Amino acid sequence: MTTKIDARGLSCPQPVLMTLDEIKAGKAIEIEVLVDTETAKENVSRAAASQGWEVTNVAEEGDGYKITIRKG
Amino acid sequence: MRDDLAIIQTLDFFTPIVDDPYTFGQVAVANSLSDVYAMGGVPLTAMNIICFPINTMKIDILREILLGGLDKMREAGVLLVGGHSVEDNELKYGLSVTGTVHPDRVLLNRGARAGDALVLTKPLGTGIINTALKGNLASDDLVEKSIQCMAQLNKKAADLMTKFSTVHACTDVTGFGLLGHAAEMIEGSDVGMVIRSSSVPVFHEIQEFVEMGIIPGGLNRNRKFRIKMVDVGPNCQPWLVDVFFDPQTSGGLLISLPAEDAQVLVNKMHDEGLHDAAVIGEVVTEPKGKIIVS
Repeated sequence: MTTKIDARGLSCPQPVLMTLDEIKAGKAIEIEVLVDTETAKENVSRAAASQGWEVTNVAEEGDGYKITIRKG
Repeated sequence: MRDDLAIIQTLDFFTPIVDDPYTFGQVAVANSLSDVYAMGGVPLTAMNIICFPINTMKIDILREILLGGLDKMREAGVLLVGGHSVEDNELKYGLSVTGTVHPDRVLLNRGARAGDALVLTKPLGTGIINTALKGNLASDDLVEKSIQCMAQLNKKAADLMTKFSTVHACTDVTGFGLLGHAAEMIEGSDVGMVIRSSSVPVFHEIQEFVEMGIIPGGLNRNRKFRIKMVDVGPNCQPWLVDVFFDPQTSGGLLISLPAEDAQVLVNKMHDEGLHDAAVIGEVVTEPKGKIIVS
């Protein structure tokens, strides 16, 4: 299933922690994370990679980004 | 003022990076005084500048911040002569510092020469630790070490450095990170640098945070701004490159002086209890305007 995380308006490290929590919960195989800073985009992508997940898409959405990550 | 006496005037203040108000006062003052030390000067007097949300925060917190600051000024032998406070929604504290220096002995962040070695006096990683702390990820032990590092005055390092008349350049490592400040030192000049990644003092516990993406926004901005000047060699561990761009609070001094003096200086620093001080690299003639991280 795909889970959505809205981390817009949150400063680091919150977007990363929310993503890691969702990964570690073990239910999702795909997660969409909404962020609104360049830093959060890079950090969330890195957090996913550190857990063996793959960043399958990064799209601009509104004033921020939608990052799609998938369990490897 | 005279042929043998110049005045240094600085101002620096910022928002809290630690929870404890007394500790925040200590770190803010160590950070404010650092500018004078980095110029080879001696700070004499200071004035507090504080922005405080008096309607929503207890006055005790204000008192603790100022006490922490005052104790740090006493340690530095600096006299507090006044200050100014304003009401503000966000807490901020720092100092305006007055110091003196011999006009011929002012150290700038430029002037490094080929044949110099580079000395760094404090470990890197406080920005990453502050970010991990916000997410409750950092251990008490690591936070304590980081606080000790940030609250440590650069006075002793500066006292030892200024005994060498051969120092060509000095800066304190703060918001731009090691590579940002190193880049300033050689930008537009006819020298380059080699930094040996394995020689740079860092808090090694932060590797897992860096690899997990627990990284302050300033780090990414620093890297983006300066990465064009940096060549990373195959022997440098990737996570260290991020640490070298980590914005530091009250970081150490980065000193450029002839290689033969650099090791003597570092040995003296170790004797005086500055155990993290290390020779981290060299200033070279080629490639000009570039930093090689080996």
